[in-house]
Amino acid sequence: MAIEKFSKDHEWIRIDGDIATIGITVHAQDQLGDVVFVEVPEVGRKVAAEEAVAVVESVKAASDVYSPVTGEVIESNGDLASTPGLVNEDAEGKAWFFKVRLAKPAELDALMDRAGYDAFVAAS
Amino acid sequence: MSADPISSAPLRRTPLYDLHVAAGAKMVPFAGYDMPVQYPLGVLKEHLWTREKAGLFDVSHMGICWLRGPDHATAARALEALLPADIVNLKPGQQRYSQLLADNGGILDDLMITRPEGAENDGALLIVVNAGCKDADYAHIAANLPAGVRLEVDDAHALIALQGPRAVNVLSKLVPGVETMSFMTGRFAALDGQHIHLTRSGYTGEDGYEIAVPNAHVAKVWDLLTATPDVEAIGLGARDSLRLEAGLCLYGHDIDTTTSPIEARLQWSIQKRRRDEGGFPGADRIKAELANGPIRRRVGIKPEGRAPAREGTEIQDMSGKPIGTITSGGFGPSVNGPVAMGYVESAHAELGTKIQLVVRGKPLPATIANMPFAPHRYVR
Repeated sequence: MAIEKFSKDHEWIRIDGDIATIGITVHAQDQLGDVVFVEVPEVGRKVAAEEAVAVVESVKAASDVYSPVTGEVIESNGDLASTPGLVNEDAEGKAWFFKVRLAKPAELDALMDRAGYDAFVAAS
Repeated sequence: MSADPISSAPLRRTPLYDLHVAAGAKMVPFAGYDMPVQYPLGVLKEHLWTREKAGLFDVSHMGICWLRGPDHATAARALEALLPADIVNLKPGQQRYSQLLADNGGILDDLMITRPEGAENDGALLIVVNAGCKDADYAHIAANLPAGVRLEVDDAHALIALQGPRAVNVLSKLVPGVETMSFMTGRFAALDGQHIHLTRSGYTGEDGYEIAVPNAHVAKVWDLLTATPDVEAIGLGARDSLRLEAGLCLYGHDIDTTTSPIEARLQWSIQKRRRDEGGFPGADRIKAELANGPIRRRVGIKPEGRAPAREGTEIQDMSGKPIGTITSGGFGPSVNGPVAMGYVESAHAELGTKIQLVVRGKPLPATIANMPFAPHRYVR
């Protein structure tokens, strides 16, 4: 069972060994509304924690998606370019954005677990 | 409509506020009002529903006022001193789009003017202005009226818009005869026993009506209309994407005090008599721009690819030289792709001109495109 973490920028992170899969939360897609465009980072890109690396646009506005961790992008979800609506349908499943090979696993300690994230959303 | 001015004043509510909240609408501040930006259906489906069936919009935040003079010619001339449309030759029941102009020809607001039917209404003009500008508009109009003509702000009526191809079928069941109205005409009628005024016009590019209903009865009328299977309540989000696809200007974004009606390609709204005679603010500039062409023009822009280019995006020629700015841009649900409008130097305004848009630091290819992006379906 993969470890699941959440950021204050409403990304979810699923960790399997040294690979982190990252997407935006169900709550985030609900706030955005209908997603019409997604841009994911290129494979091989080195990303730093809290760096804006992807873009998600709804009918209303464009939002940055941040990498919650430092590392190298090893895979991006190409399906999101052709079917951005996947983000609304399955934000925490099929609509993952990109995968990062962790360079600083200790960064995970600063992220929230599911209960912590739910409380964070409820309080915001 | 215009953007919400930053203010600490409490948000105003339209008489339909409680119904929006009960329907699960997401409420946002807009032009000083707490307004529904979307209902549970969501912007995309609300947009497509309006193009396919009929959407109902609360536009009660907009300003309704009456100009009243001793006879039509006197009231019309008073208004003509402030805007470039031909009001004197409006026939009873006819509606016209125009712009209140500053002395330099910049646009203070855009508005709709209807000459009401009926001999008893001779000398009256019904005016609808944008929510964000209404207080300034009222002050401006009132300060510039001759003796004998007065401005009367109408706070007693709410304004709702029923838009889309099924609007005529839905409304004609409640108000028989509206199917015979043509685009840009208005009339008084009875709806559920209430005295209303309606026009066949709107802000979506679709056929439809704007209906002024007494405040105390608008909730009942809203319920009657939304109870019809063809009608869904539509928020400001879809109102914006619908008008953008229709190529219609949003005040404070596509037009403002820095743009002239000619730059904005609104010359169709300046009738020949006014072009010839002048006598409106900024007439010298507007005549010169009509004769020689303006230095910049509002154009439609079709980005290639899927990425929307938003308001404020820099427009460049293919060599990378800045030639203008996007004033409205986003995703067009009926077009199923990004659409935008903005201003470019006139040399680059020709249809089909290749341009690039700087989105997140990268130049994206785009083309100067014809508007509307979605065909108008007015009933003339």
